[in-house]
Amino acid sequence: MSDQEYTPKSKAGKWFNDRLPLLTLGSHLTDYPTPKNLNYWWTFGGILTFCLLTQIITGIVLAMHYVAHADLAFASVEHIMRNVNYGWLIRYIHSNGASMFFLAVYIHIFRSLFYGSYKSPREVIWIIGLLIYLLMMATAFMGYVLPWGQMSFWGATVITSLFSAIPLIGESITTWLWGAYSVDNPTLNRFFSLHYLFPFLILGLVVLHIWALHVPGNNNPIGIDLKKPSKDTVPFHPYITIKDAFALLLFMIIFSGFVFFSPNVLGHSDNYIPANPLVTPAHIVPEWYLLPFYAILRSVPDKLGGVILMFGSIFILFVLPWLDTSKVRSAVFRPMYRYFYWIFVVDVLLLGYMGAMPAEGIYLALARIGTIYYFLHFIVVLPVVGLLEKTDPVPMSISAPVLSSGGDPALAKKDYDKI
Amino acid sequence: MIRFNFKRLIIVTLSTLIFIKPLFSAETIDPIKVNWSFKELTGKFDRASLQRGFQVYKEVCASCHSMQYLSYRNLGEAGGPEFTQEEVKAIAASVEIEDGPDSQGEMFTRPGKPSDKFKSPYPNVQASTVANGGAYPPDMSVLVKARPGGADYMYSVLMGYEEPPAGMKLDDGVYYNKYMIGQKIKMASPLSDGIVEYSDGTEATMDQMAKDVTTFLAWAAEPELEERHRVGFKVIVYLILLTILVYLSMKKIWSRIDSEI
Repeated sequence: MSDQEYTPKSKAGKWFNDRLPLLTLGSHLTDYPTPKNLNYWWTFGGILTFCLLTQIITGIVLAMHYVAHADLAFASVEHIMRNVNYGWLIRYIHSNGASMFFLAVYIHIFRSLFYGSYKSPREVIWIIGLLIYLLMMATAFMGYVLPWGQMSFWGATVITSLFSAIPLIGESITTWLWGAYSVDNPTLNRFFSLHYLFPFLILGLVVLHIWALHVPGNNNPIGIDLKKPSKDTVPFHPYITIKDAFALLLFMIIFSGFVFFSPNVLGHSDNYIPANPLVTPAHIVPEWYLLPFYAILRSVPDKLGGVILMFGSIFILFVLPWLDTSKVRSAVFRPMYRYFYWIFVVDVLLLGYMGAMPAEGIYLALARIGTIYYFLHFIVVLPVVGLLEKTDPVPMSISAPVLSSGGDPALAKKDYDKI
Repeated sequence: MIRFNFKRLIIVTLSTLIFIKPLFSAETIDPIKVNWSFKELTGKFDRASLQRGFQVYKEVCASCHSMQYLSYRNLGEAGGPEFTQEEVKAIAASVEIEDGPDSQGEMFTRPGKPSDKFKSPYPNVQASTVANGGAYPPDMSVLVKARPGGADYMYSVLMGYEEPPAGMKLDDGVYYNKYMIGQKIKMASPLSDGIVEYSDGTEATMDQMAKDVTTFLAWAAEPELEERHRVGFKVIVYLILLTILVYLSMKKIWSRIDSEI
């Protein structure tokens, strides 16, 4: 990193910093040179940090009142809602916070896909991000089980049963996960324990994610390497902090809208029915943020095949940096990729919708088409487009859009304005 | 170069999805839409309706349905029916609560106190199920939140009893209700005109009672609703003001840089 050597002004500061260079770290974070052309899609990193901390803080308070026992969990949640001071507020922030967290993470991921932030030299940032995303899904899933309503119970049954599709050892793995012969009190206990643990693992990975980011520095909307610091960059503080704060406040307004005025709209009404192992709900649906994967799972007639495709749909993202053959990062200069990018966005939305519908008739047919296209996008479209595409000229710097070779500067500028 | 209007693609896709949805979900009839006073963003419960609704619950529903997460004290709390403390004490004292064991190891009964939970009509789910023809009358504490359609659905089911369509065979103890999922329900129509005599003199029509008891159940499921709306309004006003200040600061700070924000 190109940080200048930092010396604390006070004697005490210098004494401490020589022993633990925390002040140097602070100085690096405030001075961190950031591209000045980052748009608002880049504010979601800060928003996600806020989401994680909100979930951890509200979660710790909820855990003080929650009882992880199959006979008492549902009642303890009602106790939080009715008898704990502002318990309803803390719980609604936590439950809606999970949805807001995923909303933000999806925007963050799709921003990365559009601007090619996963490409060299940022592959490790991308992979750590995916690990965070995986842990988020596991954490959210286990959190949804804790209120021990009907969807909690049956969602847990469906998802844990997936492991029974593994040949030979599947049944044993499922029993081992449950700690019983069905989803029961031992399952609830271990899910609570892991639900408390995982956010701190996520926090650790977030530190690595940011560390890995600070090595090459931020990508930016035109996807070029920047000399840092230069007139193309601004210090992180106050320029990016104030902008992140502004975006975060807008996000918080939407967040508050859900918490205060429709706190249950993102949840399923069946989860206010206490868990009953003898009554299966008509339609078992996961939370909205897992629906695309649920659609992929159900689109395969074979259970093991469905499980493999579902996990495959996430693991294929890990090799994305090597599937995309284009040397140009930003879709701003990639006319063909841009086309397929939006088709891919629609495909994921379609899969999400099909995940919420019963797996029959036209829904199943559309889910299958969506699943096939999802994989085609990574295995065929990305490698081929990268080779065939004639990219637009990429400017040399942000301040002076000088073109690398020929081309029309006005064209590049025009495309850039459109995004 | 392929030019492509992605916004149109998204709009077309989503509207197609919304269009095909009703074709595949014709099992249930949409509930009657009621203009509840607690629906809007600053909505509040109708206090008199809550008190009448409690009366309907106590005299009709409570003989089969429990409400185990509520305490009698809740009836006197702000944002609820707001009975006076004397009324709450009297309501609580009208039931016999089993307590104990005492110092002799014996269970005993005593008059209820405001801190007691609502007394359940049956000692357990099994007793409740067997006494009701094999169908457990669900606990009503969070019932409005536990059904798609919420208060509208609850009201519709109370009003939805009809003669079954010609050709439909119903077993003994099963009734036709056009708003119920599957159109069959094991509860006989609980309300009929004049089944309750309102202490405030309101005429106890079936529609009036259905609205009152639904309002009461909506409060029972979300006793924090009024406070939530009130706090939420303040929070959002505060956030908007803060956002404006931060936006102005941001403009000021970024004016030093030759860049758009």
